[in-house]
Amino acid sequence: MTTDALRLDGNSVAGLLQEIFGTEMTTAVGTCGGCGASEPLGAVHVYRGAGVVLRCPHCANPLVKIVKSETGTWIGSTGLRTLMVASSTVD
Amino acid sequence: MAGAAVLGRLTWRVANVVDVDVETSRAKTISFDVPGWPGHRAGQHVDVRLTDEDGYQAERSYSIASAPGGTRIELTVERLDDGEVSPYLTDELRTGDRIELRGPIGGYFVWEPDEGGPVLLVGGGSGVVPLMAMIRRRDGAGSTADMRLLFSSRSWDDVIYRDELERRSGNGLTVVHTLTRTQPPGWTGYSRRIDGAMLDEVGPAPDQEPHVFVCGPTPFVEAVADALVRLGHQAHRIKTERFGPTGG
Repeated sequence: MTTDALRLDGNSVAGLLQEIFGTEMTTAVGTCGGCGASEPLGAVHVYRGAGVVLRCPHCANPLVKIVKSETGTWIGSTGLRTLMVASSTVD
Repeated sequence: MAGAAVLGRLTWRVANVVDVDVETSRAKTISFDVPGWPGHRAGQHVDVRLTDEDGYQAERSYSIASAPGGTRIELTVERLDDGEVSPYLTDELRTGDRIELRGPIGGYFVWEPDEGGPVLLVGGGSGVVPLMAMIRRRDGAGSTADMRLLFSSRSWDDVIYRDELERRSGNGLTVVHTLTRTQPPGWTGYSRRIDGAMLDEVGPAPDQEPHVFVCGPTPFVEAVADALVRLGHQAHRIKTERFGPTGG
């Protein structure tokens, strides 16, 4: 099985993202720190392994990494320049 | 509507099985009553959580098949033989059983009738499930928006919602099947994987700026999305939802 066949998209981690951020996040727009492209998180690529990696669908730059452990949830987002959550979806 | 669908914190709810219907040899529709269900939008999904006696938990996401309304939701689940969750849902669940789920989840892969048409829906196998919610939502709202479903299945017997799709066709809804592995005698429809020529024949032209929703296994979704872009559709109008080989 190729790596490509294991690729999912942001919709597949919508529940996890909402658990972390407390609001609907697939419509939030992320801007890639690598190539500068902006996409709704629902449209970014997602790979699952020991954790979850969200990658830019244009340049494959890792945007966000999420790992859940027994003590908490680790979130790394050095590849994400900005994240815009529309005000209508914030409680 | 929007207020109900975007409530922040997700909570696990107990869902009561009220009905189980056979769709195909591999797929069943399970109807749940979910007390406190806040409503949903067409295209959203739920996370289902199973817990065994040892406390081990497995979570999977399933698209909601039913149109919004009340506290009842329907999930159509395809059985994956090596799956961890789907065989339990399709083989073991009975009316009166309870499971845990949370939702509604998602807001990107969603269509509302007030967005109008034209709409092109492209589904592969059980990827039709969230698209069916959109078709049902359209009818429920009395919309006559131009909506076209291009639906790829292995065989005629594998077509999920076959009779209902037939019944709902017309009044602006067009359903086109392609059967990729076997076809019944006398079949005159498509019998190959979805490609650019097929999308060109079935779908609204790019200059009509259709809303496009593509759902299915990852290779299916990416082949369809690439073909649509080559036809001239704008990438940002093509919304995709992939389910991978580890689902189920």
